[in-house]
Amino acid sequence: MVHMKAGTLAVVASLLASGSAFAEQRVLTYYADYDPNPLAAMEALIADFEAANPDIDVQLNNFDHEGYKTAIRNFLTTDAPDLANWYAGNRMAPFVEAGQFMDVSDVWEANGLGESLASAKASMTIDGKQWGVPYTYYQWGIYFNKDVYAQVGAEVPTTWDQFIANCEKFKAAGIDCLTTGTSALWPGAGIFDYMSLRTNGYEFHMDLTAGKIAWTDQKVRDVFAQWAKLVEPGYITANHAAIDWQDAAALLVQGKAANYVMGNFAVATFKEGGMTNDNLGFMPFPEITPGIPRAEDAPTDTIHIPSGAQNVEDAKLFLAYVASADAQTKLNAALGQLPTNKDSTVAADDPFISAGFELLSTSYALAQFFDRDAPAEMAKIGMEGFQQFMVQPGELENILTRLEEARQRIYQ
Amino acid sequence: MAVTSSHGSTRTWWQQNQQTLTPWLFLIPGMFMFAVYVVWPILSSFWISFYDWNGLRAPDGSSTAEWVGLGNYAELIGDDAFETSLKNNILWLVLYMLAVPFGLFIAIFLNQTVWGIRMYKSLFFFPFVISQVVVGLIFSWFYAPNFGLLYLLTEWLTGTGTAILADPNKVTYGIIAAGLWPQTAYCMILYLTGLNNVSPDQVEAARLDGAKGFKMLWYVILPQLRPATFIAVVVTVIGALRSFDLVSIMTTGGPFGSSRVLSFYMYEQALSEYGFRMGYGAAIAVVLFLIMMVFISGFIWKMVRDEKEGY
Amino acid sequence: MFPRPIAQVSPLARISYQVALPLVLILWLLPLIGVAFTSVRPASDLAQGNYFGWPSSFAWQNYVEVFQNTPMWQYIKNSFYVTIPTVIGAVAISCMTGFALGIYKFRSNLLVFFLFVAGNFVPFQILMVPVRDMTSQLNLINTYTGLVLFHVAFQSGFCTLFMRNFIRALPRELIEAARVEGVSEFQIFFHIVLPLMRPAIAALSVLIFTFIWNDFFWATVLTTKAEVQPITAGLSSLNGQWVAAWHLVSAGSILAALPPVAMFFLMQKHFIAGLTLGAVK
Repeated sequence: MVHMKAGTLAVVASLLASGSAFAEQRVLTYYADYDPNPLAAMEALIADFEAANPDIDVQLNNFDHEGYKTAIRNFLTTDAPDLANWYAGNRMAPFVEAGQFMDVSDVWEANGLGESLASAKASMTIDGKQWGVPYTYYQWGIYFNKDVYAQVGAEVPTTWDQFIANCEKFKAAGIDCLTTGTSALWPGAGIFDYMSLRTNGYEFHMDLTAGKIAWTDQKVRDVFAQWAKLVEPGYITANHAAIDWQDAAALLVQGKAANYVMGNFAVATFKEGGMTNDNLGFMPFPEITPGIPRAEDAPTDTIHIPSGAQNVEDAKLFLAYVASADAQTKLNAALGQLPTNKDSTVAADDPFISAGFELLSTSYALAQFFDRDAPAEMAKIGMEGFQQFMVQPGELENILTRLEEARQRIYQ
Repeated sequence: MAVTSSHGSTRTWWQQNQQTLTPWLFLIPGMFMFAVYVVWPILSSFWISFYDWNGLRAPDGSSTAEWVGLGNYAELIGDDAFETSLKNNILWLVLYMLAVPFGLFIAIFLNQTVWGIRMYKSLFFFPFVISQVVVGLIFSWFYAPNFGLLYLLTEWLTGTGTAILADPNKVTYGIIAAGLWPQTAYCMILYLTGLNNVSPDQVEAARLDGAKGFKMLWYVILPQLRPATFIAVVVTVIGALRSFDLVSIMTTGGPFGSSRVLSFYMYEQALSEYGFRMGYGAAIAVVLFLIMMVFISGFIWKMVRDEKEGY
Repeated sequence: MFPRPIAQVSPLARISYQVALPLVLILWLLPLIGVAFTSVRPASDLAQGNYFGWPSSFAWQNYVEVFQNTPMWQYIKNSFYVTIPTVIGAVAISCMTGFALGIYKFRSNLLVFFLFVAGNFVPFQILMVPVRDMTSQLNLINTYTGLVLFHVAFQSGFCTLFMRNFIRALPRELIEAARVEGVSEFQIFFHIVLPLMRPAIAALSVLIFTFIWNDFFWATVLTTKAEVQPITAGLSSLNGQWVAAWHLVSAGSILAALPPVAMFFLMQKHFIAGLTLGAVK
C-alpha cells in the first residue's frame, strides 16, 4: 500500500511540475485524438498560434483515437478542457442536447465564418446556433487502378450501367471489380451512402438517416436493388468481412482489384504500397438515377468549447484562428486534406486534392457520412446490415426488417 | 479457541477480547475494498438495468437516467443480437470444455522422465502465460484471408481458401479454437500436477490385476485426479463466460455480429463508439451474471461440502 | 506412475517418443513461432508475399521501429506502474484476510470466505458500468490509481482463497503454543505466520503479476490514452493503426508477452505451485 501511495504522489508531483513551468502564461487546455501525422500538423498550427499570442500556452493532451470516443463522455463533465475535438452533424447532437458544448455562434458572427465556412455551416448548426468550428474535411469517391483498367480495356465510367458493364470485364480477368474491407464496418457505409445518394438524392438520404423514412420503403429497396447488381454476380472482394480497409487497399495496389469506394486519406496508403499519380485514378461515384443533383460525402472534423471550459475567452480566440483561411491552408497542406474555409488554397500539384476541392465546391450538397449523419446506435445496426447484405444478399428482407425495428426504437 | 492465555490475572480488555476482534481488524481492508468494488457494483448493475441512461451527466453532475422498469429486459427478448450472443455463449461453454480432455491428453503424453522433459513441460505451458490480446493477434494472423497460414493450407488442400473470420457460420468456432490453445495448456498443467500425486501403489496393484490403457485411466487414474478435474472445469467455465478479449481483438463481434458473446455485446452496448446504453448493457450483464450464478452456486456448494468434511 | 514409464517399454517406442516430443512441441507452438519469425521479417518480405518462408534477412529494426514510432516504451512502463502496486496491494490485503479466515473460528467465517470466493468467479461485465461511473466520479479515469484500486479489490477474492487455504495447512500447534506463551495476536501474525507464508507470497505475486499484466478488459474500460494505457490496451490500439504491418504487430506482441514469460521462467516453481493449488489433495 505504501508503494502505491508513493506512486500516486509521484504522478501528482509530475503534474504539478509541468503546470508550474508556465505559470506566468494563460493556459488553454486542448483534448484531441490525432494520429501521429495529423498530430504533427496540429502542433505546428499551435506553435503558430502561440507565436501570435505569446501570453497563451496551449496544452495539447492527445488521446488514443478510439479511446477518445469514450473518454470524451467522461472528461466533459469531470475534467472539461477548454477545447475538444469532435465531429459535425448528428455526432455532436448528444453533447449539444446535454448542454456540454458551448454555443459559439458569436465566434462565427464576429469573424464572418458564415461566409467563409459556408459549405460546413449546415453541419455545425443545431437549433439555429453553431456549436464548434470545422478545420478540415475530405472527399469520398472511387479510387481505381489505371493499369488494370488498361489491362482489360475498360473506360472510366460516368454512369452506373457502364460501371457494372466494366465489372463483367474485370470478373472475366479474375479481378475484383470493387474491393472493400468491412472488418471495421464503416467502409461498407461509404458504399451505401453513394448508392443511396445517387439512387434517391440528397434530401431522401438525409431524411433516411434522420429516421423520417422507413427502411422497408420501396425507395430504400431500390437502393439495395442497384447494389445487388454488384453483390449478386460476386463483383465485390470475397471475405471482405474479415479484411481491414488497408488490406483491401493492398489488393488494389497489387492489381487484384480495380475500384475502391474510399475517402481521400486512403491515397497515402495506396502510395505507400507503391502507386503513383500515374496509375492511381480518382473518379466521382457514377450517376445512377439520371438528373439527380450530385451530392457527396465529406466528413468534417471539428473543434468545440466544452461548457465546463475555464478559459473561454482564449478558447474562442483559438477557434477563430483555426477557422482562418491562412491557418487552414497550412494545416490542411500538412494533413493532406481539404480546408473548409473557401478562401484557403490547396496544393495544385496533388491531383487528388485538387480533384477533391473541385468536386466538393461544385457539389449540390454534402453529407457527413453514414455513421455521423445517423445517430450512433442506428449507425452501428445499419452498418452491420450493409455488411451482411454484401455477404448474404438473400437476407435483405430480414436486414430491412431489423433496421426498421431499430429505427422505430431509436428515433422515437 | 480452546486454549486461552494463562496470564489471566492482569488481562486488559483488549487482551480478553483480542481473539474475537483481531480477525475483524484483519478483514477490514479486504472487506471494504471488496464491498466497494465488487459487491456494491453488482447490486448497482441490477439497479441501473431498470433505467435508460446514456452514461452522460449534466454539467452539475446529476445523472440523466430515466426509469424504464423491465423495459430493457423486454427489449432483450426480441433482440436478434442478444439471441446470437446467447447462442454463442452456449457454444463457448460446450466447446471450451474440450480443453479439459485435451489438457489431460497432453499431460499424459508428457508425464515421462526423459532428458529435458521439464523444459518441454514449460514450453507446452507457454501459451497460457501470454496475454489473450497476443493470442488473439497471433490467431488473427493465422486465419487472415489471402495470406494466413490456414487460408493457404485450405487453399492447397481444397482449391479455395477458407477465411474463417469472414464466414458468419464458422467465425465463432475459429475464435473458440484460439481460446482452446491457452486453456488446454492451463488444464494440462493442472493434470500434470495431479498425475504427479497419483498413488504409485494403486497403479502397480491395478497393473498386477491386468488393468492397462484406457481402462486403467478411467477406473484408477481419473478418480484420483478428481480435484484437478474440478479445478479444470471451474476455470474453463469461467474462461468461457468471460470470453471477451479474443472476440474483441479478433473480430469485434463481426462479421455483422455473428461472433458476439454476451460479455462483448454488453461492452458494445454500454461503452463502444456506437452505443452508450448503460441500462441495456447492465441488463445484458445481469443475464450473464445469472447464468454464471448457476455455475457459481454449484462450485460453492461443492466447496462448502468439502470444507465441512475437512473440519 | 501413469502412463507406464517410457524406460520400461521397448527401445523402439522410446526412440519414437523422443522423436515425437520435439515435433509435437513445434506443432503446438507453431502460431507462436510464426509470429516470432514475422517479428524479424523485413517489411519487403511481406510486400512480396514471403509470409512463411525463411526471412530474407533478420530485420531487428522492426523492434527499433516499434520503440521509435509508437509509445511502446510508455505502455510497458504503464503496465509496470499498474501491475506492481496491484501485486503489493492484493498480496498485503490477502495476507491479512487469509490470516483472519484461516486461523480464527468465528460464526460468519465460512460466509465471509465464500463471499470472497464467489466474487472471484463473477463475470467482470456486471461490474463494468458502476465501476466505470464510480472511477469517473472520483476523477480517476486515466490514472494508474483508478486501475490499481479496482484490481486490488477484485484480485482480493482469488488471493484470499489462496492465502486462507495455505494458512489452514500450516501447523496449528505453533500458534497454540505461542498463545500459551502470551504472544499477542498481532505478534503471531507478524512473527509466526507471515514468515511461514513466504512461499505463498512468492507464488501469489507471480500469478497476480501475470494476471494483471495480461488484463485487457479493465485496461480498455478505465484508460483511454497512451500516457496511462497498459500494454494490452496499447497493443490493441496500435493494431488499429498497423493493419497490414504484421511485422510490427508481431514485434509488439512479442514485447508484450516478454515480461510475464520471463516471470514464468524465473519463478516457474512458484508459478505452477500457485496455479495448481487445490489440484491435489
